[in-house]
Amino acid sequence: MTGRPADAAVFLEAVRAGATGWDGARQLPAELIREAGRAGLLAADLPHHYGGAGASASDVGELSARTGGVCSSLRALVTVQGMVAAAVLRWGTAGQRETWLPRFASGEAVAAFAATEPDAGSELAAVRTRIEPAGSQLRVTGRKVWVSFGEIADVVLVLGRLDGAPAAVLVETGRPGLRRRPVRDQLGLRAAHIAHLDLDAVPVPRGNLVAAPGFGLSHVAGTALDHGRYTVAWGCVGLAAACHRLATGHALARVQGGVRLSDHQLVRALLARSFVDLTAAEQLCRRAAALRTAGDPEFLAATVTAKYAAARTADSVSRDAVRIHGSAGCDAGSVVGRFLRDAAVMQIIEGAPEVNEMHIADHVIREHRRTAGGHPGHVPVPSGAVP
Amino acid sequence: MHNAIMTSRAPAAGPPDDGVTDEVRSYLAEALGDAPGPGEDYFATGRVNSLFALQLIVFVEARFGLVVEPEDLDLAHFRTATAIASFVAAKRAATDAAGRR
Ligand SMILES: Cc1cc2nc3c(=O)[nH]c(=O)nc-3n(C[C@H](O)[C@H](O)[C@H](O)COP(=O)(O)OP(=O)(O)OC[C@H]3O[C@@H](n4cnc5c(N)ncnc54)[C@H](O)[C@@H]3O)c2cc1C
Repeated sequence: MTGRPADAAVFLEAVRAGATGWDGARQLPAELIREAGRAGLLAADLPHHYGGAGASASDVGELSARTGGVCSSLRALVTVQGMVAAAVLRWGTAGQRETWLPRFASGEAVAAFAATEPDAGSELAAVRTRIEPAGSQLRVTGRKVWVSFGEIADVVLVLGRLDGAPAAVLVETGRPGLRRRPVRDQLGLRAAHIAHLDLDAVPVPRGNLVAAPGFGLSHVAGTALDHGRYTVAWGCVGLAAACHRLATGHALARVQGGVRLSDHQLVRALLARSFVDLTAAEQLCRRAAALRTAGDPEFLAATVTAKYAAARTADSVSRDAVRIHGSAGCDAGSVVGRFLRDAAVMQIIEGAPEVNEMHIADHVIREHRRTAGGHPGHVPVPSGAVP
Repeated sequence: MHNAIMTSRAPAAGPPDDGVTDEVRSYLAEALGDAPGPGEDYFATGRVNSLFALQLIVFVEARFGLVVEPEDLDLAHFRTATAIASFVAAKRAATDAAGRR
């Protein structure tokens, strides 16, 4: 039984004070994940049948933003759990859905998503991990890097190739041949239990394949990444909003030589610009939510657009917040300092800005052609003779 | 009995009509810059990127009012405009048959 959005908000405020400590300890407390599940934070958009709360796209957005304003690593848990749940819900078999989805929603099972390899990051079509038939089973061999929650995950959705075709497979982490190498002291998301995974002929049942080979990247990973971009986008809005609140509070409180920081015009300009960027990013997230709810095919591009703007905003607003805090922003336990480090990571994951821009431009051109009718860029469709 | 209904509603031999093929081609034309021929395999020619491949599924669902289930995920259903039209016709026939049960 998972909670309602109100429970999640109460839970998040109750744990907020711990976040700096988790970052320092490089881990989330073990019980926190189950508690997050009980509070309804995990895979909240799963149908009730699978233990979810049937949350709408905008509810999931609000939850991600609230979480992002507390701790980016906890938000990364919400993101990854949501990504794998979305992929299994959409493309998994009935058996996979019944096995995994209720456990993802409760936090009983932690999910991870392993796409990135040493030679395949932005260009995931280059993944080399091999998924090979071996009798009634499959064997998975390859190197996956930078897997969020890879250190503690119970199951990993792995992107690889089967007979050359992109394929996605669920690999339970208890299986032989899987080695996890925890990553420590990275720039941001320090409590996200990141690990590199070495897979050496890891045996899995054939029934662990998610969708037919050929659809592993475009559809299975694609569904996961789209969901990930959506919760990262909202998480960035929450992060930026938290930084902005802290910066405004600090500017109002800090006095030097009889002048408040908030009385300096240049400081006021920073606060104003941050507010505008933050509000704009939030509205792009709301637009993505509306298109997702409507099932409009452009929701994918709208989500990339929201992620692009929100990650950039998280970066700039957290940077300004550190500046306004001065040395206090650079201190070891500084909250805005932690958010600035996390924001740098958020720009890169789920599509770096340059990659986002390519997808947004595709959308721009499609829309132009759709509406150009007879003007430059219009594409006539000759009635096709049957080939 | 059900088979009889399905057979009578399934597209006759030859390309499926209802304008589905051309609607799909128009949609693809917006993304690709020119309309693929009804039988052109736009995956094989590498003209469709992975983000758009997923979008195409969402388009088919939204435009033709159906749900693409995991077991429908077969390249044979989506690689050409004609294939999509056949898939849409088969899904509609199956839904109609189920509705009469
Ligand atoms: C903290 C953290 C957590 C992560 N968690 C996960 C996870 O859970 N699962 C997972 O699979 N991966 C994860 N990753 C990996 C992440 O998704 C990749 O780092 C990301 O996709 C970029 O790939 P790359 O690092 O190989 O950079 P590259 O692909 O080498 O790109 C480096 C830079 O080059 C530029 N660039 C790349 N492509 C283009 C282009 N086409 N046009 C113009 N410029 C371009 C961009 O500026 C980009 O930032 C994580 C990474 C980090 C840092």
